Amino acid sequence: MESQSVLFYLISGLTAFSALLAVTASQLFRSAIYLLFSLIGIAAIYFMLDQDFIAAVQIIVYVGGIVVLIIFSIFLTQDSGVEMRKSEWWRIAASGMAALSGFLLTALGLVEYNFVTQSDNLVTGGVKELGRALLSLNAGGYVLPFEMVGLLLLAAMIGCIVIAVKLKELPEGKENIQ
Amino acid sequence: MFTPATEAILIPLIPFLLFGIIGLAGRRLPEIFSAFLGIGGILASLLFSLHLSVSYFSEPVQGAFVLKEFFSFPWLNFSENLKISIGLVADPISMLMVVVICSVSLMVQWFSLTYMKGEERFQMYYAFLSLFTGSMLGLVLSSNIFQMYIFWELVGVSSFLLIGFYFQKPSAVAASKKAFIVTRFADLGFLIGILLLSYETQTMEFKGILDYFKSGNFNPEVSGIWMSHSLAAWALVLIFVGAAGKSAMFPLHIWLPDAMEGPTPVSALIHAATMVVAGVFLVGRLFPVYSLFEGVMQLVTWIGVLSSILAAIIAISQTDIKRVLAYSTLSQIGYMMFALGVAGKAGAEAGFTASFFHLFTHAFFKSLLFLAAGAIIHAVHSNEVENMGGLRKQMPIVHWLFLIGCLAISGVPPFSGFFSKEEILLNAWKSQPLVYGFALIGSGLTAFYMFRLFFLVFYNKSHSDVHGHESMGLNFPMLLLAIPAVFAGFVPFSSYVTSTGLPEETHLHLMFSIAPVGIGLLGIGLAYLFYFKQNSLPEQWASKLSGLYKLSRGKFYFDELWRAVYQIGLIRALATPAAWIDKNLVDGGLRMGAEKTLRLGDRVKLIQNGKLQDYVLYFLMGILALILLTLLMIQS
Amino acid sequence: MNQELLTPLLILSAFLFFTGVYGFVTRRNMISMLMSAELMLNSANINFVAFNKFLYPGKLDGMFFTLFIITIAAAEAALAIAIIIHVYRQTKSIDVKDADQLI
Repeated sequence: MESQSVLFYLISGLTAFSALLAVTASQLFRSAIYLLFSLIGIAAIYFMLDQDFIAAVQIIVYVGGIVVLIIFSIFLTQDSGVEMRKSEWWRIAASGMAALSGFLLTALGLVEYNFVTQSDNLVTGGVKELGRALLSLNAGGYVLPFEMVGLLLLAAMIGCIVIAVKLKELPEGKENIQ
Repeated sequence: MFTPATEAILIPLIPFLLFGIIGLAGRRLPEIFSAFLGIGGILASLLFSLHLSVSYFSEPVQGAFVLKEFFSFPWLNFSENLKISIGLVADPISMLMVVVICSVSLMVQWFSLTYMKGEERFQMYYAFLSLFTGSMLGLVLSSNIFQMYIFWELVGVSSFLLIGFYFQKPSAVAASKKAFIVTRFADLGFLIGILLLSYETQTMEFKGILDYFKSGNFNPEVSGIWMSHSLAAWALVLIFVGAAGKSAMFPLHIWLPDAMEGPTPVSALIHAATMVVAGVFLVGRLFPVYSLFEGVMQLVTWIGVLSSILAAIIAISQTDIKRVLAYSTLSQIGYMMFALGVAGKAGAEAGFTASFFHLFTHAFFKSLLFLAAGAIIHAVHSNEVENMGGLRKQMPIVHWLFLIGCLAISGVPPFSGFFSKEEILLNAWKSQPLVYGFALIGSGLTAFYMFRLFFLVFYNKSHSDVHGHESMGLNFPMLLLAIPAVFAGFVPFSSYVTSTGLPEETHLHLMFSIAPVGIGLLGIGLAYLFYFKQNSLPEQWASKLSGLYKLSRGKFYFDELWRAVYQIGLIRALATPAAWIDKNLVDGGLRMGAEKTLRLGDRVKLIQNGKLQDYVLYFLMGILALILLTLLMIQS
Repeated sequence: MNQELLTPLLILSAFLFFTGVYGFVTRRNMISMLMSAELMLNSANINFVAFNKFLYPGKLDGMFFTLFIITIAAAEAALAIAIIIHVYRQTKSIDVKDADQLI
């Protein structure tokens, strides 16, 4: 077994393990940290797949953005050390069974299926290549989805402000116009 | 100008259209205008029907009058074997009926112009009369038995509407309901009979039915036998039940006397001349089939005899002028029925002719009598004979007209009734002397009760407080009706209407007519003795024959009998258990179902609890189940 | 990277996905549910990248899908947290069981 494979399995194991801990940890803050590790593991896998740009985006957006946002909101809404309430046993059992059987089913299907892979001598996914395609107006260009995602982000931003803004207590007799 | 088929369509169509027009326009039409619409329409129908029948009778097919189909097109195709079409046919009896219906209807509508003047719902009256006339014409012209059944029910409905015309009177409402329910009950038998017969013959067409039995395809062993009679025989019996209901044969006659609650011209049209003979017409239409079944013919005969005798006995003691006439109608229809019944025997086939001959003459003299009674009631404002009496001076023309009617119905020569009754009696004698005996008695009774009525109304004691008067508006139609009432007997009837369709010659048997005429005159004489002048004879005889008198007064207690049957048989045996079942089983079941559904809903709604994670779980499981299912299907 | 690692990679992705599913159903805390959802999205991303890399090496579509998913996931996370904070203000709780009314 070559060293790359060993590294891959190692990273995969860590990622999977920390993901499992992320959904089972009893404290919310710890759970967020485990999620952080898991996401970094995924970024490492992207690096191993020679997708440097996506790995970078993964770290910047997920690790640097979303997880931080989550940790902030944890601090906002509850004490970090408090143990979370557990679900009913039957729910855990049922969803565990469902998830496990789903996973086994999928894994079995994947092992059985014979993927015809192609040689990847040509390295794709460089920043330059991606950037050109992203702003290309030709066939296979992604300028329209790019613009749409920009619009979506704007809408999401406005939506977040509208939803989360704290309303001032208005003096009596005045309608709350939200 | 018109083809026969067009004429045949127009004859029933015109009154139907007028019903629509007059009925929809209602009070917006002036009274006189709607009346003239109705009269004009029926006059047109009469002209068409006269022309049609003349052309029909002038073109015999190989010397015989056969069933001629004007047109017929498929209407309902239920299955390969069950097809219902709509069509019009002509045969001797339907041509006869068309003319009778149109002419009587015309006279009645004319008479009503004066009689119903100032009536609240004058326009509706004419609309209903048109509806009735149209349905009756449709009935007699129908090419298949199912279409006939439809018109049969329409006739029943219009009869119901007209009997209940004075719906402010509770008795009229009760009478209309009674008529409708009793005839409807009988029609149930008719319907089942139709279905059985069409099952047997695989067709609803009259032509097809007659051909089926004529061709000798019929085999009772094949068609099935129940209680030692074949299916077809039972079908005919059931159809006869329907006919007996409409024709008010015993014991289904109870509605007819009560139906006299309707306006008197209506009684003249519907309950004397046309609708009540629909049963006779029906049996006559299927006569070739009926004559194959000896037992059924016996039933027809004896029901007819029973009706004619019992009704005559009841008529003797009634005091309501219209009821006497109603019972006499019953009695005369009984004559027609048993004339058909005896015609099944070899040698007495002319009974068929006699029956329709009597139907023909009876229509005229009985509607004449009814209209005369209407004129009297119009003058006296009462139905009871006690309030009449001595009207001869005040109403001389009505007196003579009534006398003509009485003489005709009593079978005094040379009035029309004599000829037709003579022929009935002759054929009864040829077939079954016992029937002849009863018919002879009935004939004497007829003469007696008719002249009893005549003398009580026009002679006997006179009331100074009653001021009878006459009007030409009432008298003129009656005068027109009196002409056929006198002379219709001279129509060479047997050359047109016979059971085979082949013209025949009949001769008057002078020796034979001595007995009936004699007994008729005896009846008149007795009535003269009893009722010409006020005396104590009626009371004496009533007390001497008190048993019979009570039976007669009480109408043989048929109403009470039916009420008992109704109360015990229907209410106690059927309705009460049915109500219990409805209340406890049906309602209970329903309520239980509702409760269970509610409970189930209570449980099921827990699934929809607003808990996000539960939804996700269901979703997940559903997807997994779908994946597994897909995999299994791929595997297999 | 060795092409035989495609199947293990996909198995990892499936594992992450079902872990996310398990967490989404069992965790009562809304923030924790959001994290589970992120896991599921990431597993989809891994698939996109893996398929693009090993099956269609000349193309970039898988990459772009991944990029857009990451972007949308960011927006989604921001919105979700806004909603969570709003719910927290209403019910003083971020337990999903307390948020079972359509207020």
